[in-house]
Amino acid sequence: MQTMPEPMRSRNTESPDEHEMTESIASTEALKVVPKSRVGTQDNIWADVVFRSVVIFCAVALVASVGLIVVELLKESHVSISKFGFSFLIKQVWDPVNEDFGALPFIYGTIVSSIVALIIAVPLSIGTALFLTELCPRQLRGIFSLLVELLAAIPSVIYGLWGIFVLAPFLRAYVQPFLAKYFGWTGLFSGPKYGYGMLAAGVILAIMILPIIASITREVITAVPRVQREAALALGATKWEMLRMAVLRNARPGIFGGVILGLGRALGETMAVTMLIGNRAEIARSLFAPGNTLASVIANEFTEAVGNVYLSALVEMALVLFVITLIVNALAGLLVWSITRGMPSRALA
Amino acid sequence: MLKSSQNISVRRRVTNWLALGSICLATFIVTIPLFLILGTVITRGIGALNWDFLTQIPKPIGETGGGMANAIVGSIELLAVASLIGVPLGIGSGVFLAEYGRNKWGNMVRFTADVLNGVPSIVIGLTAYALVVVVQKHFSLLAGSVALGIMMVPTICRTTEEVLLLVPQAIREAALGLGIPKWRTILSVVLRTASAGIVTSIMLAFARVAGETAPLMFTAFGNQYWSKSINQPTAALPLQIFTYAIMPYEQAHAQAWTGALVLISLIMFTVILFRFISSRSTIKGAS
Amino acid sequence: MEAAGIHVKDLNAWFGAKQALHGIGMEIPAKKATAIIGPSGCGKSTFVRCLNRMHETLPDARVEGKVSIGDLDVYGRGVSPVWIRRRVGMVFQKPNPFPTMSIYDNVAAGLKLNGFHNRHELDNIVERSLRHAALWDEVKDDLKKKSGASLSGGQQQRLCLARALAVEPEVLLMDEPASALDPISTAKIEDLIFELKKEYTVVIVTHNMQQAARVADFTAFFLMGYMVELDKTETMFTKPSDKRTEDYITGRFG
Repeated sequence: MQTMPEPMRSRNTESPDEHEMTESIASTEALKVVPKSRVGTQDNIWADVVFRSVVIFCAVALVASVGLIVVELLKESHVSISKFGFSFLIKQVWDPVNEDFGALPFIYGTIVSSIVALIIAVPLSIGTALFLTELCPRQLRGIFSLLVELLAAIPSVIYGLWGIFVLAPFLRAYVQPFLAKYFGWTGLFSGPKYGYGMLAAGVILAIMILPIIASITREVITAVPRVQREAALALGATKWEMLRMAVLRNARPGIFGGVILGLGRALGETMAVTMLIGNRAEIARSLFAPGNTLASVIANEFTEAVGNVYLSALVEMALVLFVITLIVNALAGLLVWSITRGMPSRALA
Repeated sequence: MLKSSQNISVRRRVTNWLALGSICLATFIVTIPLFLILGTVITRGIGALNWDFLTQIPKPIGETGGGMANAIVGSIELLAVASLIGVPLGIGSGVFLAEYGRNKWGNMVRFTADVLNGVPSIVIGLTAYALVVVVQKHFSLLAGSVALGIMMVPTICRTTEEVLLLVPQAIREAALGLGIPKWRTILSVVLRTASAGIVTSIMLAFARVAGETAPLMFTAFGNQYWSKSINQPTAALPLQIFTYAIMPYEQAHAQAWTGALVLISLIMFTVILFRFISSRSTIKGAS
Repeated sequence: MEAAGIHVKDLNAWFGAKQALHGIGMEIPAKKATAIIGPSGCGKSTFVRCLNRMHETLPDARVEGKVSIGDLDVYGRGVSPVWIRRRVGMVFQKPNPFPTMSIYDNVAAGLKLNGFHNRHELDNIVERSLRHAALWDEVKDDLKKKSGASLSGGQQQRLCLARALAVEPEVLLMDEPASALDPISTAKIEDLIFELKKEYTVVIVTHNMQQAARVADFTAFFLMGYMVELDKTETMFTKPSDKRTEDYITGRFG
């Protein structure tokens, strides 16, 4: 017992504060105003249960609404499913008069327009994300990321409006002739140059999905630990080499997830595509040709559809679209979650 | 011995500059459409933006004048009714996820919220059609609000969850330690601390949903006149823009641009306000 | 109500599968200060949190055993944890005033949020609690103007103390209340404990042995979830019965 703790401090001298305090504590007896006698066991438990039930109800309602979507889609497309069966997905006919419908041209249009959009958007988005996280001076970062956010805030119909009156004429006058002249040999750029068509739809989709791919890429790039970058630089890598080796490679699953998420958005986009794609139920090789997507045909024809089979066929296409986007978004969610551990909501919002 | 010059080969240096340059170019390219679109909307839309536009309903084709007053009011009404559905359900599920949902049930709800977020808006419109329009046998504001309300839920839910999780656990413990029951703790302490974030999440949901057209096409349907009740079809700003844009009349196009100007101003204003508020509250709020 | 002693019998606690407390049994005397000391991870915080049923708010947490405060069975059937926590006050390691509330509202929170709204009485209680916590003079002009979070660390902790005292608990639990504070604020808190133990039963967890020696009448030494020894403080530090206690106090480990 070598070490002795400090002796207890003597309490002989009282400071004014303590004197006051002792007085107040002594007078505590007189002020027992807080009702302790209320047992409060029952009403607390009840209130907690009610609150919890309300909150659980809201969560259940959310889940139920997805269930509702599935149920209603199945219900309304029942007629078409039973009439056409699986062949609906591979038939190319679209004949309202004879009530014969097939979804293939629209599936084709959906996929092709989305792929064109991805080809354009992915390099641009990744570049933007890299710029914002690695190259942009700190003061400008807020402004640039606000600009990207504003791009995401523009409604689809305004993209379509701009597409009709500005983008399509531009494509017709400058881009399409250029592409036809130098790349026409691929067969992708042949046929009349309307301005509208698969290419226009792809371009506008690209602009629309840029922000989401960019913002998810930003998040996953930021999540790459600093030490990885420093390790690369310490080996004598140039900035680009560091980005390629340490950052992009590590973030690859997350970036891939962001791309798939962008794909999911592109697949479901309706208004801008309807206004630019030409609305023809055909499969053509050239990107200059008009086409149609699952979403845009529903938008175009639903209010004028007559007859159960017609309506049902359109709803069945909505069901197909729902299933495709569900799979794509679920895949994307998993990939992004594995990198950022579950909080991509800011990018989605 | 290290040679001071030439320690990076020319090829690598050139690649570096090219790559970094392309990155900057990409960013520049990405910002172009924003300015182009905003510029076009402003220049083409400002012409017809006058008091008439904001207060009159559309005139029949061929007559000059008229406006989109019914569409503007219609959009506001749609949002108001939609938020009666979307806001309580959204905040409620957000509270569930943050306070009761750190487990496998919560994960299921979280996953479903993300699924719902990704459902194309036209599919949600069709669902509202099946749920409301088919039952009522007519288009209505109610149907449109149901569609928009459903769309608001996942956005509000996930952002509410995020904001609530930012409130430090110590605050909850302080309240519980005082003998404040859990429900009161969440309501009066946690939600109160996170209130700024929740308000901004609601604004964000508004901004997203205000511009939606597809879900309204077979629910609210549009209306050339004033909508008198919740059970009547109603005009909405984005719907009206679409209708005018595809008409073959110059006049209609001009009105479409002006409508776009009004819509985009409201949305941009909300988004910028949201950014401003959330950057302020992270400094002031829970830490 | 008179401050009561605490009787603990055969208390066990778990975090999921891991057992944090093994068969703790002790008597904590009323209106005295009892310190709980021990190395990191020995279960002292867990123990104290079992006294006001805060431990069970953590996911996968479990408690078994008997705890009585006076003649109140804390874990008895039908006894609401919320009610227990109203009778037992707690001050946490890191000051945690409610950031969106003013100083006044912070102190009054325990009362207001339990339905007590009499303005005149609240004013009295807030003033009295702030005086007990030796904070009144420093904040009396800014009660409703300043937020709880705008005070210094030491002031915040005294605010949390005032908040806990405002609901007139019988027992006051303090989980390392001064470990996040500077020496001057620490001294102030220790002075307060000296006064508080005249009126309340105080249990203070501390990793600072000198603090225990200064402030507590009794001290308990915990090690790896077991209570090794409980003695008058003077005895514990001069003639501990258990060798492990002696080793800890002389600094051989911990």
